[in-house]
Amino acid sequence: MKSTTDTLTALLVQFAILSLLAFGGANAVVPEIHRQAVEVHHWTTDKDFAALFALAQAAPGPNFLISTLVGWKAAGLAGALVATAAMCAPSCLLSFWIVKIWDRYREADWRIAIGAGLAPVSVGLVSASAWLLARAADSGWRLAIVTAATAAVAYFTRVNPLWCLAAAAALGLAGVLG
Amino acid sequence: MEPDETSAIPAPPTPRDLFVAFLMIALSGFGGVLPWARRMLVETKSWLDEDTFNETLALCQSLPGPNIVNMSIVVGTRFAGARGAMAAVTGLIAAPLVIVLVLGALYDRFGALPRLAGAIAGLGAAASGLVAATAAKMAAPLIRRRPLVAAPFMVAGFVAVGLLRWPLPWVLAALAPLSIAAAWRLRR
Repeated sequence: MKSTTDTLTALLVQFAILSLLAFGGANAVVPEIHRQAVEVHHWTTDKDFAALFALAQAAPGPNFLISTLVGWKAAGLAGALVATAAMCAPSCLLSFWIVKIWDRYREADWRIAIGAGLAPVSVGLVSASAWLLARAADSGWRLAIVTAATAAVAYFTRVNPLWCLAAAAALGLAGVLG
Repeated sequence: MEPDETSAIPAPPTPRDLFVAFLMIALSGFGGVLPWARRMLVETKSWLDEDTFNETLALCQSLPGPNIVNMSIVVGTRFAGARGAMAAVTGLIAAPLVIVLVLGALYDRFGALPRLAGAIAGLGAAASGLVAATAAKMAAPLIRRRPLVAAPFMVAGFVAVGLLRWPLPWVLAALAPLSIAAAWRLRR
Protein backbone atom coordinates (compact mmCIF):
# COMPACT_ATOMS: atom_id res chain seq x y z
CA MET A 1 0.00 0.00 0.00
CA LYS A 2 1.45 3.28 -1.10
CA SER A 3 -0.09 5.40 1.63
CA THR A 4 1.33 3.15 4.37
CA THR A 5 4.75 3.30 2.77
CA ASP A 6 4.45 7.07 2.60
CA THR A 7 3.51 7.25 6.26
CA LEU A 8 6.40 5.00 7.30
CA THR A 9 8.80 7.07 5.20
CA ALA A 10 7.51 10.26 6.82
CA LEU A 11 7.94 8.72 10.28
CA LEU A 12 11.45 7.56 9.45
CA VAL A 13 12.56 10.93 8.10
CA GLN A 14 10.88 13.05 10.80
CA PHE A 15 12.13 11.06 13.76
CA ALA A 16 15.62 10.58 12.33
CA ILE A 17 15.90 14.37 12.03
CA LEU A 18 14.49 14.88 15.52
CA SER A 19 16.94 12.33 16.92
CA LEU A 20 19.81 14.57 15.86
CA LEU A 21 18.06 17.78 16.96
CA ALA A 22 17.10 16.56 20.45
CA PHE A 23 19.66 18.55 22.41
CA GLY A 24 18.66 18.33 26.06
CA GLY A 25 16.87 15.02 25.60
CA ALA A 26 13.62 13.83 24.12
CA ASN A 27 11.52 16.45 25.95
CA ALA A 28 13.20 19.18 23.93
CA VAL A 29 11.64 17.89 20.71
CA VAL A 30 8.15 17.22 22.09
CA PRO A 31 6.86 20.51 20.59
CA GLU A 32 8.16 19.47 17.18
CA ILE A 33 6.76 15.92 17.51
CA HIS A 34 3.45 17.56 18.48
CA ARG A 35 3.59 19.93 15.51
CA GLN A 36 4.35 17.11 13.06
CA ALA A 37 1.89 14.59 14.52
CA VAL A 38 -1.06 16.92 15.15
CA GLU A 39 -0.73 19.90 12.84
CA VAL A 40 1.24 18.69 9.80
CA HIS A 41 0.38 14.99 9.37
CA HIS A 42 -2.79 14.65 11.48
CA TRP A 43 -1.62 11.32 12.89
CA THR A 44 -3.35 12.08 16.18
CA THR A 45 -5.40 14.79 17.93
CA ASP A 46 -4.19 17.36 20.45
CA LYS A 47 -6.06 15.62 23.26
CA ASP A 48 -4.82 12.13 22.34
CA PHE A 49 -1.28 13.47 22.11
CA ALA A 50 -1.47 14.72 25.69
CA ALA A 51 -2.80 11.33 26.79
CA LEU A 52 -0.10 9.41 24.91
CA PHE A 53 2.57 11.64 26.41
CA ALA A 54 1.16 10.94 29.86
CA LEU A 55 1.28 7.19 29.20
CA ALA A 56 4.88 7.41 27.98
CA GLN A 57 5.81 9.39 31.11
CA ALA A 58 4.02 7.08 33.52
CA ALA A 59 5.23 3.82 31.98
CA PRO A 60 8.61 2.46 33.05
CA GLY A 61 11.44 3.27 30.68
CA PRO A 62 12.77 6.23 28.73
CA ASN A 63 10.35 9.11 28.06
CA PHE A 64 11.17 9.23 24.35
CA LEU A 65 8.66 6.39 23.93
CA ILE A 66 6.14 9.12 23.03
CA SER A 67 7.67 8.71 19.55
CA THR A 68 6.81 4.98 19.65
CA LEU A 69 3.19 5.81 20.43
CA VAL A 70 2.98 8.47 17.73
CA GLY A 71 4.37 5.97 15.22
CA TRP A 72 1.82 3.43 16.36
CA LYS A 73 -1.03 5.95 15.93
CA ALA A 74 0.23 6.79 12.46
CA ALA A 75 0.87 3.30 11.07
CA GLY A 76 0.30 0.56 13.65
CA LEU A 77 3.04 -1.76 14.86
CA ALA A 78 5.29 -1.12 11.86
CA GLY A 79 4.97 2.61 12.53
CA ALA A 80 5.85 2.12 16.19
CA LEU A 81 9.00 0.17 15.35
CA VAL A 82 10.07 2.57 12.60
CA ALA A 83 9.55 5.65 14.79
CA THR A 84 11.42 4.09 17.73
CA ALA A 85 14.36 2.99 15.60
CA ALA A 86 14.50 6.33 13.78
CA MET A 87 14.42 8.25 17.06
CA CYS A 88 17.32 6.20 18.50
CA ALA A 89 19.62 5.06 15.72
CA PRO A 90 21.09 8.37 14.49
CA SER A 91 21.87 9.74 17.96
CA CYS A 92 23.16 6.31 19.07
CA LEU A 93 25.59 6.14 16.16
CA LEU A 94 26.68 9.70 16.88
CA SER A 95 27.20 8.94 20.58
CA PHE A 96 29.15 5.79 19.74
CA TRP A 97 31.45 7.80 17.53
CA ILE A 98 31.70 10.93 19.68
CA VAL A 99 32.54 9.23 22.99
CA LYS A 100 36.12 8.63 21.85
CA ILE A 101 36.61 12.21 20.63
CA TRP A 102 35.00 13.56 23.80
CA ASP A 103 37.33 11.59 26.04
CA ARG A 104 40.29 12.99 24.12
CA TYR A 105 39.18 16.70 24.11
CA ARG A 106 37.46 16.88 27.49
CA GLU A 107 39.26 20.09 28.52
CA ALA A 108 39.23 21.87 25.14
CA ASP A 109 37.73 25.39 25.03
CA TRP A 110 35.62 24.68 21.95
CA ARG A 111 34.13 21.59 23.56
CA ILE A 112 33.21 23.47 26.72
CA ALA A 113 31.75 26.38 24.69
CA ILE A 114 29.53 24.00 22.69
CA GLY A 115 28.22 22.41 25.88
CA ALA A 116 27.67 25.78 27.57
CA GLY A 117 26.02 27.27 24.49
CA LEU A 118 23.58 24.43 23.90
CA ALA A 119 22.42 24.30 27.52
CA PRO A 120 20.23 27.47 27.64
CA VAL A 121 18.70 26.71 24.25
CA SER A 122 17.65 23.25 25.42
CA VAL A 123 16.15 24.78 28.58
CA GLY A 124 14.03 27.04 26.36
CA LEU A 125 12.89 24.03 24.33
CA VAL A 126 11.98 21.96 27.39
CA SER A 127 10.00 24.94 28.75
CA ALA A 128 8.16 25.11 25.43
CA SER A 129 7.34 21.38 25.81
CA ALA A 130 5.91 21.98 29.27
CA TRP A 131 3.83 24.91 28.00
CA LEU A 132 2.35 23.01 25.04
CA LEU A 133 1.65 19.87 27.06
CA ALA A 134 0.00 21.84 29.84
CA ARG A 135 -2.14 23.73 27.33
CA ALA A 136 -3.32 20.45 25.79
CA ALA A 137 -3.84 18.71 29.15
CA ASP A 138 -5.33 21.46 31.31
CA SER A 139 -8.89 21.77 30.03
CA GLY A 140 -10.08 23.27 33.33
CA TRP A 141 -8.77 25.08 36.38
CA ARG A 142 -8.65 21.89 38.49
CA LEU A 143 -6.32 20.24 36.01
CA ALA A 144 -4.22 23.40 35.89
CA ILE A 145 -3.85 23.16 39.67
CA VAL A 146 -2.69 19.54 39.29
CA THR A 147 -0.05 20.70 36.81
CA ALA A 148 1.14 23.51 39.07
CA ALA A 149 1.13 21.32 42.20
CA THR A 150 3.09 18.54 40.44
CA ALA A 151 5.62 21.04 39.15
CA ALA A 152 6.06 22.50 42.64
CA VAL A 153 6.43 19.10 44.33
CA ALA A 154 8.89 17.87 41.70
CA TYR A 155 10.92 21.05 41.88
CA PHE A 156 11.01 21.74 45.61
CA THR A 157 10.96 18.24 47.14
CA ARG A 158 12.72 14.93 46.62
CA VAL A 159 9.45 12.98 46.60
CA ASN A 160 9.36 10.30 43.89
CA PRO A 161 7.42 11.95 41.01
CA LEU A 162 5.54 8.70 40.55
CA TRP A 163 3.45 9.64 43.61
CA CYS A 164 2.28 12.79 41.83
CA LEU A 165 1.29 10.81 38.76
CA ALA A 166 -0.52 8.23 40.89
CA ALA A 167 -2.35 10.88 42.94
CA ALA A 168 -3.39 12.78 39.81
CA ALA A 169 -4.67 9.59 38.17
CA ALA A 170 -6.58 8.64 41.34
CA LEU A 171 -8.20 12.10 41.54
CA GLY A 172 -9.16 11.83 37.89
CA LEU A 173 -10.55 8.34 38.38
CA ALA A 174 -12.63 9.60 41.29
CA GLY A 175 -14.07 12.21 38.95
CA VAL A 176 -13.04 15.29 40.93
CA LEU A 177 -10.94 16.88 38.16
CA GLY A 178 -13.61 17.14 35.47
CA MET B 1 39.23 2.34 31.29
CA GLU B 2 42.70 2.93 32.65
CA PRO B 3 44.44 -0.25 33.84
CA ASP B 4 44.94 1.14 37.36
CA GLU B 5 41.22 1.92 37.58
CA THR B 6 40.11 -1.56 36.61
CA SER B 7 42.08 -3.04 39.47
CA ALA B 8 40.14 -0.89 41.94
CA ILE B 9 36.70 -1.95 40.70
CA PRO B 10 35.17 -5.34 39.81
CA ALA B 11 35.91 -6.97 36.44
CA PRO B 12 34.44 -4.96 33.52
CA PRO B 13 30.90 -6.05 32.66
CA THR B 14 30.25 -8.27 29.67
CA PRO B 15 27.60 -7.41 27.04
CA ARG B 16 25.27 -9.81 28.86
CA ASP B 17 25.81 -7.99 32.19
CA LEU B 18 25.15 -4.67 30.44
CA PHE B 19 21.94 -5.98 28.89
CA VAL B 20 20.60 -7.19 32.23
CA ALA B 21 21.62 -4.02 34.11
CA PHE B 22 19.96 -1.67 31.61
CA LEU B 23 16.88 -3.89 31.47
CA MET B 24 16.57 -3.53 35.25
CA ILE B 25 17.13 0.23 35.01
CA ALA B 26 14.39 0.52 32.38
CA LEU B 27 11.87 -1.54 34.34
CA SER B 28 12.47 0.45 37.55
CA GLY B 29 12.27 3.79 35.81
CA PHE B 30 8.71 4.91 36.39
CA GLY B 31 8.41 8.64 35.70
CA GLY B 32 12.07 8.98 34.72
CA VAL B 33 15.02 6.66 34.29
CA LEU B 34 17.97 8.77 35.34
CA PRO B 35 17.79 8.29 39.16
CA TRP B 36 17.68 4.52 38.63
CA ALA B 37 20.58 4.60 36.20
CA ARG B 38 22.73 6.31 38.81
CA ARG B 39 21.64 3.86 41.50
CA MET B 40 22.46 0.83 39.34
CA LEU B 41 25.70 2.00 37.74
CA VAL B 42 27.24 3.80 40.75
CA GLU B 43 25.75 2.28 43.90
CA THR B 44 24.74 -1.30 43.06
CA LYS B 45 27.29 -2.34 40.44
CA SER B 46 30.14 0.14 41.10
CA TRP B 47 30.88 0.19 37.38
CA LEU B 48 31.27 3.98 37.49
CA ASP B 49 32.42 6.21 40.34
CA GLU B 50 30.42 9.38 41.13
CA ASP B 51 32.60 11.75 39.13
CA THR B 52 32.67 9.49 36.10
CA PHE B 53 28.90 9.21 36.25
CA ASN B 54 28.44 13.01 36.34
CA GLU B 55 30.90 13.53 33.54
CA THR B 56 29.27 10.81 31.43
CA LEU B 57 25.86 12.38 32.03
CA ALA B 58 27.17 15.77 30.94
CA LEU B 59 28.43 14.18 27.74
CA CYS B 60 25.10 12.51 27.12
CA GLN B 61 23.24 15.76 27.79
CA SER B 62 25.32 17.70 25.32
CA LEU B 63 24.74 15.11 22.59
CA PRO B 64 21.42 15.10 20.73
CA GLY B 65 19.00 12.26 21.37
CA PRO B 66 17.38 10.77 24.46
CA ASN B 67 19.94 11.27 27.27
CA ILE B 68 19.53 7.89 28.87
CA VAL B 69 19.78 6.10 25.51
CA ASN B 70 23.02 7.96 24.85
CA MET B 71 24.23 6.92 28.29
CA SER B 72 23.59 3.24 27.53
CA ILE B 73 25.62 3.64 24.33
CA VAL B 74 28.49 5.47 26.04
CA VAL B 75 28.69 3.08 29.02
CA GLY B 76 28.30 0.01 26.78
CA THR B 77 30.99 1.25 24.40
CA ARG B 78 33.49 2.05 27.13
CA PHE B 79 33.18 -1.39 28.75
CA ALA B 80 32.57 -3.73 25.82
CA GLY B 81 32.78 -1.85 22.50
CA ALA B 82 30.08 -2.02 19.85
CA ARG B 83 28.62 -5.26 21.22
CA GLY B 84 28.37 -3.71 24.67
CA ALA B 85 26.60 -0.66 23.23
CA MET B 86 24.09 -2.86 21.36
CA ALA B 87 23.46 -4.98 24.45
CA ALA B 88 22.94 -1.97 26.73
CA VAL B 89 20.60 -0.06 24.41
CA THR B 90 18.55 -3.19 23.64
CA GLY B 91 18.19 -3.89 27.34
CA LEU B 92 17.05 -0.33 27.91
CA ILE B 93 14.45 -0.13 25.14
CA ALA B 94 12.97 -3.59 24.49
CA ALA B 95 10.73 -4.12 27.53
CA PRO B 96 9.44 -0.51 27.83
CA LEU B 97 8.61 -0.58 24.12
CA VAL B 98 6.27 -3.54 24.62
CA ILE B 99 4.75 -2.08 27.80
CA VAL B 100 4.02 1.31 26.27
CA LEU B 101 2.37 -0.29 23.23
CA VAL B 102 0.13 -2.40 25.47
CA LEU B 103 -0.82 0.77 27.39
CA GLY B 104 -1.48 2.57 24.11
CA ALA B 105 -3.75 -0.24 22.91
CA LEU B 106 -5.62 -0.22 26.21
CA TYR B 107 -6.06 3.55 25.95
CA ASP B 108 -7.44 3.17 22.42
CA ARG B 109 -9.99 0.61 23.55
CA PHE B 110 -10.98 1.96 26.95
CA GLY B 111 -9.80 5.59 26.93
CA ALA B 112 -13.31 6.88 26.15
CA LEU B 113 -14.79 5.47 29.38
CA PRO B 114 -15.51 8.56 31.50
CA ARG B 115 -13.72 7.37 34.64
CA LEU B 116 -10.63 6.28 32.73
CA ALA B 117 -10.68 9.44 30.64
CA GLY B 118 -10.65 11.35 33.93
CA ALA B 119 -7.66 9.37 35.20
CA ILE B 120 -5.75 9.95 31.98
CA ALA B 121 -6.59 13.66 32.05
CA GLY B 122 -5.18 13.84 35.58
CA LEU B 123 -2.10 11.91 34.47
CA GLY B 124 -1.57 14.27 31.55
CA ALA B 125 -1.85 17.35 33.76
CA ALA B 126 0.69 15.92 36.22
CA ALA B 127 3.04 14.81 33.43
CA SER B 128 3.16 18.33 32.00
CA GLY B 129 3.95 19.62 35.50
CA LEU B 130 6.90 17.21 35.71
CA VAL B 131 8.28 18.60 32.46
CA ALA B 132 7.93 22.13 33.82
CA ALA B 133 9.86 21.14 36.95
CA THR B 134 12.59 19.55 34.81
CA ALA B 135 12.89 22.76 32.81
CA ALA B 136 13.15 24.78 36.04
CA LYS B 137 15.80 22.44 37.46
CA MET B 138 17.82 22.70 34.26
CA ALA B 139 17.45 26.49 34.23
CA ALA B 140 18.37 27.17 37.87
CA PRO B 141 22.17 26.63 37.70
CA LEU B 142 22.44 28.51 34.40
CA ILE B 143 20.51 31.48 35.78
CA ARG B 144 22.72 31.49 38.88
CA ARG B 145 26.01 31.31 37.02
CA ARG B 146 25.49 33.52 33.98
CA PRO B 147 21.97 34.99 33.80
CA LEU B 148 22.70 37.63 31.17
CA VAL B 149 24.06 35.13 28.62
CA ALA B 150 21.70 32.26 29.33
CA ALA B 151 18.32 33.96 29.85
CA PRO B 152 17.94 35.53 26.38
CA PHE B 153 18.51 32.17 24.67
CA MET B 154 16.13 30.38 27.03
CA VAL B 155 13.39 32.96 26.42
CA ALA B 156 14.02 33.01 22.67
CA GLY B 157 13.78 29.21 22.46
CA PHE B 158 10.58 29.20 24.51
CA VAL B 159 8.90 31.97 22.52
CA ALA B 160 9.91 30.66 19.08
CA VAL B 161 8.93 27.03 19.68
CA GLY B 162 6.27 27.26 22.40
CA LEU B 163 4.37 30.43 21.50
CA LEU B 164 5.11 31.07 17.82
CA ARG B 165 5.21 27.34 16.94
CA TRP B 166 8.11 27.79 14.54
CA PRO B 167 9.70 24.57 13.20
CA LEU B 168 12.46 23.34 15.50
CA PRO B 169 15.19 22.82 12.86
CA TRP B 170 15.10 26.52 11.89
CA VAL B 171 14.98 27.70 15.48
CA LEU B 172 17.99 25.57 16.42
CA ALA B 173 19.88 26.60 13.30
CA ALA B 174 19.45 30.23 14.35
CA LEU B 175 19.82 30.02 18.13
CA ALA B 176 22.48 27.33 18.68
CA PRO B 177 25.34 29.07 16.82
CA LEU B 178 24.57 32.41 18.50
CA SER B 179 24.44 30.81 21.93
CA ILE B 180 27.66 28.85 21.37
CA ALA B 181 29.34 32.02 20.10
CA ALA B 182 28.24 33.87 23.23
CA ALA B 183 29.59 31.07 25.44
CA TRP B 184 32.85 31.09 23.45
CA ARG B 185 33.34 34.84 23.89
CA LEU B 186 32.81 34.57 27.64
CA ARG B 187 35.04 31.53 28.18
CA ARG B 188 37.95 31.82 30.52
